[in-house]
Amino acid sequence: MSRISAPPPQDLFDVAVIGAGVVGCAVARRFALAGAKVVLIEKGADILSGASKANSAILHTGFDAPPGSLELDLVRAGRAEYLQIREDLGLPLLTTGALVCAWTAEQADKLEAIAEKGRANGVDGLKLLTGAAARATMPGLSESLISAVEVAEEYVVDPWSAPLAYLTQAVALGARFVRDAELLKGTFDGDWTLETKAGPLRARAVVNAAGLFGDVVDERLGFAPEFQIRPRKGQFVVLDKAAFAHVPRIVLPVPTEITKGIVVCPTAFGNVLVGPTAEEQEDRVRATVETETLQALLKRGAEIVPALAGMPVTATYAGLRPATEDKAYRVFVRAEKRAITLGGIRSTGLSAALGLAQHAVGLHAAFGLPLTPPESVPRVRLPNLAEPCERDWQRPDHGEIVCHCEMVTKREIEAALDSAVPPGDFGGLRRRTRAGMGRCQGFYCNAHLAELAKGKVAVTPCAAEKDEDS
Amino acid sequence: MSGDFSADVIIVGGGPSGVGAALELRRRGVARVIVLDREPDLGGATRHCSHSPFGMREFGRVYFGGAYGRRLTREAADLGVDVRTGHSVVSLGMDGVLTVANARGVETLSARRVMIATGARETPRSARLVPGDRPLGVMTTGTLQSYVAFYDQMPFRRPLIVGTELVSFSAVLTCLGRRVWPAAMIEAEPYARSRELYTWLPTAAGIPVLKGAELVDIRGSRRVEAASIRRNGRVSPIVCDGVLLTGRFTPEAALCRQSPLGVDPGSAGPAVDQDGRTANPVYFAAGNVLRGLDTGGWCFREGRAIGAAVAEDLARDGDAGAAVPVAFDDPVKLVVPGLLRRGGLAAPALRDFQLRVTRRVRGRLSLELDGKTVWSRDGAWMPERRILVPIPPDAARAEQVRFRLAEDA
Repeated sequence: MSRISAPPPQDLFDVAVIGAGVVGCAVARRFALAGAKVVLIEKGADILSGASKANSAILHTGFDAPPGSLELDLVRAGRAEYLQIREDLGLPLLTTGALVCAWTAEQADKLEAIAEKGRANGVDGLKLLTGAAARATMPGLSESLISAVEVAEEYVVDPWSAPLAYLTQAVALGARFVRDAELLKGTFDGDWTLETKAGPLRARAVVNAAGLFGDVVDERLGFAPEFQIRPRKGQFVVLDKAAFAHVPRIVLPVPTEITKGIVVCPTAFGNVLVGPTAEEQEDRVRATVETETLQALLKRGAEIVPALAGMPVTATYAGLRPATEDKAYRVFVRAEKRAITLGGIRSTGLSAALGLAQHAVGLHAAFGLPLTPPESVPRVRLPNLAEPCERDWQRPDHGEIVCHCEMVTKREIEAALDSAVPPGDFGGLRRRTRAGMGRCQGFYCNAHLAELAKGKVAVTPCAAEKDEDS
Repeated sequence: MSGDFSADVIIVGGGPSGVGAALELRRRGVARVIVLDREPDLGGATRHCSHSPFGMREFGRVYFGGAYGRRLTREAADLGVDVRTGHSVVSLGMDGVLTVANARGVETLSARRVMIATGARETPRSARLVPGDRPLGVMTTGTLQSYVAFYDQMPFRRPLIVGTELVSFSAVLTCLGRRVWPAAMIEAEPYARSRELYTWLPTAAGIPVLKGAELVDIRGSRRVEAASIRRNGRVSPIVCDGVLLTGRFTPEAALCRQSPLGVDPGSAGPAVDQDGRTANPVYFAAGNVLRGLDTGGWCFREGRAIGAAVAEDLARDGDAGAAVPVAFDDPVKLVVPGLLRRGGLAAPALRDFQLRVTRRVRGRLSLELDGKTVWSRDGAWMPERRILVPIPPDAARAEQVRFRLAEDA
């Protein structure tokens, strides 16, 4: 029986998780590992349809998190768990380290305090470096660098495979995933009844991991809103793989109150990322890119690493972070109604997701619904998409290479389409395989990909004549 | 004669220029010539174009789309070229050593000379920094034509066509051939980038051609729902279900960019000398990888000429010596050859400099050798038009070679 369709309405789940972003996927996994019967519902056609599809893919240390904050605890816990489980799940890690770079005297004055705060936050491997010493670790940096703090343990991960691995493991443990299932209304009468666009569900407890709609979902569950989402847009440019050699490390600016600032960093896929911007907006869905902003990002990238000037652009994208009126994570527990809200997970969600999941299971313990962990945990391992490790095209009998820019094989695409959590839309197929994500953006492979996906993915470029819901 | 090498010459790319070179090499008696192509069939970009005629100049008759590639395949087989399709070159090493991936895995091939003939492709949405949402249905002509040519599919019913290059009108034909009526054709410049004459086609079909119109927004969550254009300072919406980004061809030169060969900042392809030789004398290049787009017939002849040079280069002793770069400034976009070598062949493969300009410009174009003007011409120069300037016989002996374009006031 498929585990990604709507369940019969009489089923009673231990936990319903609302929202299949990185946090929801991690929470579903942790509850499944704890022995809960889990359902994960998602408004979009696929996982990562909201904030989680666009981030900078950095596994943070928490060096700049507010001391003593829940965010700091959960970033550290989440990161530790990622490092512990990632090899089993087949998830990559680029141990790049980061340099917090001071380009002005004013910024340089802040570095000592940044290092101090990082040490107080329990982060190892912090070092104050002169500009020359920092450039010795990354010769591509502009000579105008004054000084830097090295944060040796800031790493780069694959931001799409990680949540997919969490959910795949949850599904292997019996969790159910329902897409196109926007929550319409929840009522509590001793248990929860959730009306969704995919039909009703029953659950003993709920976890709101709805990201950009966290406040809306709280309202639909009947709670007075404790916070309001104020979407913050971030635009990014992805540079050609030729840029990778010039950017072996994450280059961070000295952060301001509002944002971590524009980062130049390598990606797990062998590209270089420049972004994000931080732009407040009302709209929770539209995340547009703007030509002038992208040009400004390219200019900034080339100021930081001069060799990036004129480097071809592979991709551009924009994402929305679910910021709120307060910088802190907005976690609320309504024990009498067995509800947990994980709100306002702005820009550290990828790092903290596994920590948030542990935290949610801890909070659930107060509900008096004991869970019995399963006797064995099925082994789940995702195919590697990261450049430094062996890829499928390097192994025999892969059929053929379909996407030449990213070297994606027919075997990989077919495996993704037939996987336990198959893509719900074309973007999902691209995120699972990297096909079409390269420099030609599908000039050569898009039609081939659409043909392979036909009948297996609901929304492909070719369904234009029959698809009703677009 | 080739010792430890896999071949005398390996050609990367089986389009018109690559196959043209292979045929010429075999005709000149070079024993082992391999053509590698990552696609399942030869033909390169011509495979996508089901309505453009190819082959008149090289074969004396007209072929469409895949038929041209099949003619190339027959010619190559008749002359004993070792054609290996489904082979993707992953990296170019020094001394002509290539890492190649195919369905069986990864192998290493090597040759005494390697020719890069990887062609060109259109610039996609991302690299153009096009604003707006990123729904399905935003694509290039090449993508559209591969849907039609290989899978008999049409990804939209009412696209907005962006651009007025030759390929833009090819896109219109592709649409009309499938009874798909584009919403409009827009061009950011105040003039059509190809010949003005071609605009009769969309105009006759009732498709508005809007010059001086810039794409400023794309809307749509899953699929394209609308686009906005700015024209004469006014923004207006256009209802469409696709956005077709046509032209702005760029060399498919990622292999060069990621190798010590590098690329020329102007053309974005590998720089070559008058024989088609790159900075590394083991590597040659020909065809659209040198400059973006020219016709299949032009590329075939260029491939043949540079193939002949490779054959001669293999047969002779001594090297071509240091290269002198050809200098130029905006609004000249590129010059091919971008290098000249004193020790080139007696009869160079390229007889003309090919230039392109970045925009429509009126003025005097001149060529200087060691500070002395040896050629000049006044004219109105168009961005998509090939400009040919004969290479003076003594150019290869100059220490400084420079093109200037002095714009009329």
